[in-house]
Amino acid sequence: MVSRLFTNYYETVSIIIFGIGFVTLLLNRNIIKKIIGFNFMDTAIYLFLASKGYITGRIAPILLEKLGDTNLAGYQAGTAVPNVQNYINPVPSGLVLTGIVVSVSFTAFFLALAVRLYREYKTLDMHEIISIMNREENKE
Amino acid sequence: MIYVQYILILFLLVCAISVCVTNNLLVSLIIFTAYSLVMSVIWLFLESPDLAITEAAVGAGVTSILFFITLKKVGKMTDKEDSDE
Amino acid sequence: MNKIFKSLNDFVNGVQDEKENVHLKHKNKKHHEKVLTERIEDIVESGENKGFNKFYNVIAILLACVIIACMIYTVSFLPSFGDPTNPANNEVVQAYIENGIRDTGAVNFVAGMILNYRAFDTLGESTVLFIAATTVIILLFKHKTKEEEKAEQLEEAKYEDKHDLILRHGALIVVPATLVFGVYVLFNGHLSPGGGFSGGTIMGAALILYNSAFGDNSTKTFFNYGIHKVIKISALSFYALSQLYSFITGANLIESIIPNGIAGNLISSGLILPLNICVGFEVACTMFGFYSLFDREEI
Repeated sequence: MVSRLFTNYYETVSIIIFGIGFVTLLLNRNIIKKIIGFNFMDTAIYLFLASKGYITGRIAPILLEKLGDTNLAGYQAGTAVPNVQNYINPVPSGLVLTGIVVSVSFTAFFLALAVRLYREYKTLDMHEIISIMNREENKE
Repeated sequence: MIYVQYILILFLLVCAISVCVTNNLLVSLIIFTAYSLVMSVIWLFLESPDLAITEAAVGAGVTSILFFITLKKVGKMTDKEDSDE
Repeated sequence: MNKIFKSLNDFVNGVQDEKENVHLKHKNKKHHEKVLTERIEDIVESGENKGFNKFYNVIAILLACVIIACMIYTVSFLPSFGDPTNPANNEVVQAYIENGIRDTGAVNFVAGMILNYRAFDTLGESTVLFIAATTVIILLFKHKTKEEEKAEQLEEAKYEDKHDLILRHGALIVVPATLVFGVYVLFNGHLSPGGGFSGGTIMGAALILYNSAFGDNSTKTFFNYGIHKVIKISALSFYALSQLYSFITGANLIESIIPNGIAGNLISSGLILPLNICVGFEVACTMFGFYSLFDREEI
């Protein structure tokens, strides 16, 4: 069982990075630190997905034949098929490509919210923000 | 080649832990940029060049720029002591 | 256990004391005018909450450890890394690779997959980017009066010649190269690694570098809010309309008006090249928009 963890070393490391990101998210009081922790959790999941698609000894899913190769016309006409044994799994690559771009958009959204919070309360510390909010409630 | 991958993975772990531990925001952002760059090299080892280009442009480029500008906005760029625990 | 209860009790008492103190002392002060004595008080108050903080930290670390342990236990049962007989490598992958060139004409199987078989998914992703840009505009855009704008332009004119010399001369060399590389990655998305997202991001990064080197005014000569709006909306709607065409005429594998061309040529593979260009311009505008909104609260 433990030897399996060493065989699947990419998966194990991605889980550990996920945990570190989770701890960063929970324990740090600074909002920017929390956003960085969230990004770590993101990349950990992408690493997990991409490592599931890897196959030892095969190459990236881009056709080996160059332009002008006689096989190419056959592939396009449907009379021949490319050899599946040459390429790794293209599905996780497509999924992760989607994920990376979505992650940058929500990072920008979080940072915009953080800037607005800073403008309102002049601090980025969660505890200070909560205590200031409590005070304001008391005033009213 | 396998040992290069081991070293890169170890670097990822060290980066993640040091971001969690460090108190200075600027330092943690720079470490995060390095983490993204190493991650894009790891995508190359996993035979996904599409992801490598995208991660190098997005993770190490634009996300870091956004973080740095936010840091400039909130005036923590030169702050030596943060009140994190 | 007793200790924990005690610390919780202390915490509740501390909050009550704090509330009373605050009520008396901060009647006439605005919240963001923090003076030194208030900061010191805050530090003292947070000392009272220390017990609760410790409790919270311990619980958080325990929770994280439990989650990691569960997931690592699951990893130990997963099929081994890099094995070709993994359940993930099934007939779907085989279909994508064997029929990919015949159906889409794209040499890069990933591009063929995300822009032809799953183009609807990518449309959703572009919409996510659009919505993110919109929310950032809502949160950060500042409507300036004419006087403020004039004052800002004067300020900008003061700094126009004082932008860093090394940065300007470096940018003169780096910006065109980056822009050309971005366009190359964008146009060769169906032939080589890359595509709309990465090429668009590289172009956006080139624009950001140009802006930070040469200032706001020289950027505004070719890129302002109106152009930004036009490019984003026209790119997204062209994408949506071309997908609508393929939905109305059926689904994949139907004979299209646009021929697939010879696989491996630059102009080939049907709709993939125009869709890549649309996505690229959308992403480039979004990235530059994020930067300028964060930096100056305008585009």
